[in-house]
Amino acid sequence: MAGEAATTQEYIEHHLQNLTYGQLPDGSWGFAHSAAEAGQMGFWSINVDSMVWSIGLGLLFCFIFGSVAKKATSGVPGGLQNFVESVVDFLDDIVASIFSHNNPLIAPLALTIFVWVFLMNLMDLVPIDWIPSLATAVGISHMKIVPTTDLNITMSMALSVFALILYYSIKCKGLGGFLGELAFHPFPKIAAPLNLVLEGVTLIAKPLSLGLRLFGNMYAGEMVFILIALMFSGGVFTVLSLGGGFLQFGWAVFHVLIITLQAFIFAVLTVVYLAQAHDTEEDH
Amino acid sequence: MNMNATLIGQSITFFIFVWFCMKYIWPPIKAAMKERQEAIAEGLASAEKATADLADAEEHAAAELQRARDEAQQILEQARQRASAMVEEAKTTAREEGERLKESAQADIEQEVNRAREALRGQVSALAVAGAERVLGESIDAGAHSALLDKLAAEL
Repeated sequence: MAGEAATTQEYIEHHLQNLTYGQLPDGSWGFAHSAAEAGQMGFWSINVDSMVWSIGLGLLFCFIFGSVAKKATSGVPGGLQNFVESVVDFLDDIVASIFSHNNPLIAPLALTIFVWVFLMNLMDLVPIDWIPSLATAVGISHMKIVPTTDLNITMSMALSVFALILYYSIKCKGLGGFLGELAFHPFPKIAAPLNLVLEGVTLIAKPLSLGLRLFGNMYAGEMVFILIALMFSGGVFTVLSLGGGFLQFGWAVFHVLIITLQAFIFAVLTVVYLAQAHDTEEDH
Repeated sequence: MNMNATLIGQSITFFIFVWFCMKYIWPPIKAAMKERQEAIAEGLASAEKATADLADAEEHAAAELQRARDEAQQILEQARQRASAMVEEAKTTAREEGERLKESAQADIEQEVNRAREALRGQVSALAVAGAERVLGESIDAGAHSALLDKLAAEL
């Protein structure tokens, strides 16, 4: 809890604000103290907590999987190798069933996205006050530990995937082929402007849906956790806080499903979009 | 909730992690998995081959056993045939030998009989001459009556 004096609104706002570093209104550089202040910082500020947690979790992924990869044996695998291999195999099967072209990037990309997004989502299951309280105790004003509830994080991954889509579309079809695909479908060539609008929307919808879907799900999930946590303010052994405990447990169980599903959807849609980017057939 | 440079930082991070995964995580793990898969496939194939070999060997052994049994049967049959043939032969030989012995014995007997008869015949003629001499009181010229005596002896 953010202190006795905190009102409900302050509590929620506190939980929804990133630790943003940027230029303060008075011209000096430092951390924003409120959402309004963070907003005034403009584009050239950075959400330090999101970056730290996402990089940390990415490093965790690299460390776990890298350590297995380093001493991967074709003999009897140990427990961790078994786990890692089943994840790798799972994604490899999915990629093989969706992506029929030859590109050594796609499967590792899907693996990275799936595990990384999953780990970032997983932070949602850490009781929401633990780490922010700890951070407050050591003097850090804000701490949002679930990077995927930060639109910057989800959209940057979606835009990175979008960049890959554009790159491979142009690489596989040529610039002319790619533009032709945008202009000459689904209607005949004569309706090129209309086609451009339709296909353009389809194209833009890809990164938007990728990033916003993940963000929306995780943000909403985090919001529910915050609202449930508010019930604890009623005292230790009251009906309200006990009910909150049950609700938190139930929502966490349900959330396990959501975070896995969202990570999976992000990875699979990435593969699907990139498969479409590689498809050079005229009729599809 | 405002967009800021986190977007750039996270994109860079994203590509670094993807690159790291593509370079150092995916290939070794896939290689190990593939290698194990091949080893398992090989093991299964050799197990299958061993089973087939075993079945072959069993079949071969059974055939061999059957052949040996047949051969033994055949040898036994031959031995039995030969034994009975030998017995038969021995019987025949014995019978022939007996026959021969009997014949020679008979011939001996006949010879003895003839010899005895000849002897008797000689003695009869002498007896007859002596008897006749006694009856007639004179000697009979053996030379003159030899034809008569021979006739008498032949009648005996």
